[in-house]
Parts: sequence; C-alpha cells; structure tokens
Amino acid sequence: MNFDSLLSGEERLIRDTVRQFVDERVKPIIEQCHREARAPMELAPELGDLNLFGANFTEYGLPGLGDVAYGLVMQELERGDSGIRSMVSVQSSLVMYPILTFGSQEQKDRFIPGLASGRMIGCFGLTEPDFGSNPSAMRTRARRDGDCWVLNGAKQWITNGSVADVAVVWARTDEGIRGFLVEKGTEGFVSAEQHGKFSLRASVTGELSFQNCRIPAENILPGTRGVGSALQTLNQARYGICWGGLGSAMECYHTALEYARQRVQFAGQPIASHQLVQEKLAWMITEITKGQFLVYQLAGLKTAGKMEPQHVSMCKRNNVWVARECAKLAREILGANGISDEYPVVRHMLNIESVYTYEGTHDIHGLVIGAAVTGIPSFNPPMSRRQAREAADRPELAAAAAGAGS
Amino acid sequence: MRIGVCIKQVPDTDSHLRIADSGRGVDDSNLNWVISSCDLCALEEALLLAEAEVARGAERPELVVFSLGPARVEEALRKALALGVDRALHLVDEALQGGDAIADGRALAAALAGERCDLVLTGAQSDDLGQAATPAVIAAILSCPYAWLVMAVELDSRSKSLRIVRELEGGMNEVLGLELPALLAIQAGINRPRFASLRGTLQARKKPLRREDCSGLGVDPGLVGAAGAGIEIEAVSLPPAGAGGVVIDGASAEAAAGELIAHLEREAVL
Repeated sequence: MNFDSLLSGEERLIRDTVRQFVDERVKPIIEQCHREARAPMELAPELGDLNLFGANFTEYGLPGLGDVAYGLVMQELERGDSGIRSMVSVQSSLVMYPILTFGSQEQKDRFIPGLASGRMIGCFGLTEPDFGSNPSAMRTRARRDGDCWVLNGAKQWITNGSVADVAVVWARTDEGIRGFLVEKGTEGFVSAEQHGKFSLRASVTGELSFQNCRIPAENILPGTRGVGSALQTLNQARYGICWGGLGSAMECYHTALEYARQRVQFAGQPIASHQLVQEKLAWMITEITKGQFLVYQLAGLKTAGKMEPQHVSMCKRNNVWVARECAKLAREILGANGISDEYPVVRHMLNIESVYTYEGTHDIHGLVIGAAVTGIPSFNPPMSRRQAREAADRPELAAAAAGAGS
Repeated sequence: MRIGVCIKQVPDTDSHLRIADSGRGVDDSNLNWVISSCDLCALEEALLLAEAEVARGAERPELVVFSLGPARVEEALRKALALGVDRALHLVDEALQGGDAIADGRALAAALAGERCDLVLTGAQSDDLGQAATPAVIAAILSCPYAWLVMAVELDSRSKSLRIVRELEGGMNEVLGLELPALLAIQAGINRPRFASLRGTLQARKKPLRREDCSGLGVDPGLVGAAGAGIEIEAVSLPPAGAGGVVIDGASAEAAAGELIAHLEREAVL
C-alpha cells in the first residue's frame, strides 16, 4: 500500500537510523539478555546520545520530533524488543513528560538533562499490588509534615523500578492524588526487582515500597491535580505503544516471510508456496497495514490537538492485539523453530502479553471506547441517572478510570 | 581549512537484486538506497578529524559532502548532513547520468576544485561496482597526492600535511607523509561510523544543500555522463544458482570436520 509515501524524507531517515541502531546494537545482544533476564541498561547512554529519550519535547535542546517521527522511533525500538521500547517510553513519556508538564523550574533543571542523556534513569509508580485497572483507589498515601511529605505504601510492576535514580510516584493526599519525585537512596524508600517473569525479560520490572519515607516538600510535582494528571501522562506513553505494537508485529511478519521463503518442505517447494502459509502472511500484512493507517491518523489528531483518550484506546487495543495475533501466526509458520530463541518470534510472543495488559488492558481500552460511544462508563459501580447524564456529556470522565501499569 | 567528502548512493547490500528488462543493469525501481560503506567510513573520518582539530584548540574545518546522481541521492546527502557535515553539493543533471569512473571523476573534480578543498576523502571502492577507480581519477585531474586503502589519518593543519597508514598485501602497512591538498581513499573498517542523532537529523533540514548542473560546474557535457564514458555496459547477469556446493553429511562433528578438511585439501585451499 506504499505507506512510506505518506512519510517525509526526514521521517524516513529518522526511522531508518533507529532501525539501523536496533539492528546493530540491540538485536545482537537481545536474545542473550532475554535468556539471562537482564536489561541492557548499558544501552541507555547510547539511546541518550541519539536523543531517543524525550525525543518529542523541545525544552532543554531536545529535538522536538513530530508525532509521526516519534511514533516511528517507538515502532523501530519495539521491532527490536518491547522491553527496550518500554525503557524509552517510561523515561520519555512517564518521567520526563510529567516533570516537564507538572514540575517546577528547579525540578526540570535538576532532572531533565540527566534523563535526556540516559545517564539518569527514571520510573513511574502508579500501579499497586491491589490496584491496576483502577488506580483511583490507590492506597499509597502522602501526608504533609512540616517541610516534608511522608509517603507510605507500595507500587508494583514498575518498569525501570529497581534501577531508577528518580521515581515519579503517585499518592493520595488530603487534596487528592498528587505526583511526587522520590530519589534513589531516600530513607524509607526501598525498591526490589521482580523475578520470575516470562515476559519483558530484557526489561527491569520492580516493586517500590515506602515506609515513612520523608521527601522534601519541594519534591511534589506542583502542577499535578488528581488522578487525571497521572492518566494524562499515561496517554502519552500509550501513543507510543500504538506504534510500538506494530514494530513487534512487523518483526514477526518479516521473520515468518523470510522463513517461509527459505524453508523447503514437500516436493522441494518453499512453504511460502503453500496456500495456508500465504493466507497467514496475507492476514498479517493486511492487519499491520491497517494498523499503520490507524496510527498515522492518530498522529494527525495528536498534532492538531484533537486526540481523545478513546482514540488512543482504539489504536492501543487494536495494534497490540494485531501484534499478539501476528506473533501466534508467525510462530505457526516457523513450526518447531518458532519456539526457539534462535528466532525472535517467541520472545515477541512472550513480550506482547505484557504490552497487551499494561498501560490499560485490552479489555479496559474496549470499555473506554464503549464509554465514549454510549456515554455510560461500565467499569464503575452503578451510576445514578445524574452521573450517567454527566458522563454522556464528558467522555473523558469515563476514560479517567482506565489506568494500569507502566 | 575545508574537507570535502565524496559519497556514492548504492543499493543496500541486503536488497533482492533483479536484472532490469534491458539486461544492462539492475532494476532500481524497488531498491533500498544507502551510502556505500567505505564512503560512510570516509564521512566518519572527516567528522573525527574535525573533532580532533577542535579538541586541540584549532578552528573546526568546514565539512562539505559531494555526490553525483539522480534526485534520490539527496537522501544520502541529507544523511551526511544529519551526521554532522556542514553543507552538501548535489551534482544533478541529466547529462551527468550514465558515466563511468573517468566521466564521473571529471564532474566531481570540477566540483571539488570549485570548492577549493584542502583535503578530500572518499571510500576506497563502492559497494555496487567496486572499481576503486573514481578517487584515483579525481586525484589525477586535481594533480594532488593520493593514497588508496587508507587505514589511519593524522592531520596537521598547521604544517598543511598528513601522516597516513596504508594497507598493503600480506598484512603489511605503509606509513606515508602527504602534503595538502591531497586525496585519501578510505578503507572500510578504519572507524565505526556513528548513528545520526535525532537532533542532527532535524538540523540537517536547515543546512545548505546546493544543486549543480554541468554549466554550474563548468564542465563540457560531452566529457561527462554517458557522453563522456569510454565504457559501455553490454550485459549483466546473476551467477548460476546452486552449482558446485557440497553437503557434508557427518554423523559426528569430528567426522564432519575431518571430511571438510579433506575437501579443503583436495581443492588446494589448504
């Protein structure tokens, strides 16, 4: 369908540069990282030198990429591994974005240059052991005590959690949910790596625990107002995932296509000549292409300032589902080789299970869309008639309940 | 101080090549185009030389990239600008198409002379045709010192000289001193070309890229492009597929290795 014809020369150059980086620096090590459940944090400074952290911001000399180019960057990173894309998404969209959007000048000066260079790592603490899809009910609390805030609670499933130098932590206060910056080494703040994952093994996932953790009063993100600030932040990351999912799908598709052309079976013919194999490949390329046009339109809406949560939900839900289905089909085409890490397919298949669930589960995103089209949020306790009328007028309220994971 | 780098845009080596219907070239309608790998090393070397000059407190040399070819070549020039080159010159003219090394060398030499480059870097050979001829032609026309298969470069801009290492056969190296202006044909692997940063890529859009045709270059259209070429490609073909291979069916790794060694000895490789 010549999707490339929609891209400018500059957008293609950016995509090709990141693709080359992934080919040369990520792919040669990623299977071993996956085997060892090791995040290649040594790549962070290189990612910083390429300006891949905070690439769509303009402050502090950041490149200010357009929305399509930024999406293509995420696509190419996830073509390598969902964990690498997650590392960049979290740093850029879930740490730098809230600091730039809700932070004080001092906070920006202190953290943004280090985060942009990849010499400092950040994480985003919203999800809790008991609250994933419903972050509004979080238990973590922050209490003001003189010139300090005192945090108590726990966060789970936190990408970069146990290696982060700074955590953006969301906690309930007397004035509603607010965001805080908690630095590594603060007394009462402990982080630990979560082990036993079968997915995103080349990415650090951690638990954060706060026990009477005292942070300076100025570490509150002054612009945060309620859980909506956290969800506004998540929307940025989800935008990247809409494109990233396609990257994973493309890698599986291309691996399957190449394999089908080479693999000879029955009368010396490549399996690519078999109708059942062709049907699988046709399904994959069709869905990937549809996904590309979907995110291209999403980029246009974002650039025009018209992107609504339900738009992001539609794209995240669809494209990650496409990636999940493509991983399955590619695995089938590869036969027994499909379960070996000699090929990237099974790693993508495992990774996509996380992506399917984090940043708003597939089902919750369906409900965000459902709430937008019906005006009736279905994932809260039954509403009064007055609430239903209000919800019909304000679909963003419905979207506000869909949190989960980082 | 001005350093010129000549680059060539070639099909990506991963491309699936198809012979064009004319039978005299490759069908270029569906290819990925990239900068030839030696030329990328030449670009990187120019960037490193410029950085070294700055590091020792000297003025940063201006870096100018040159390429001859159709409109698509602009993408290669933009990439060079994204990597950190200051400006680009695109030799684009219907009359410049279809040249051989001598015809292309004439056009490039005219462009380089017009820019008065103190040092010119090129790749040692291109990934597609691999003739390794164009840099020698340019050096001959410019009447400047020339070295091929350059493995290391030290620039002394104060004394306007170079100290370089050349690769010879049999693992030997040769160290040469050259006076500027000079032309160096860089061997692949001399450095590891950097990735263009996103900031560099966006800045590339604002850097000057000039297009020159035959009249702008001051070259006679009869001496460049197809008209100036003494060589005409009559036919190209792909090698016959699948002939000559031997499959070793070893029951164990040791047996297979033994059979492989026997084959290599029979074929007089060992």
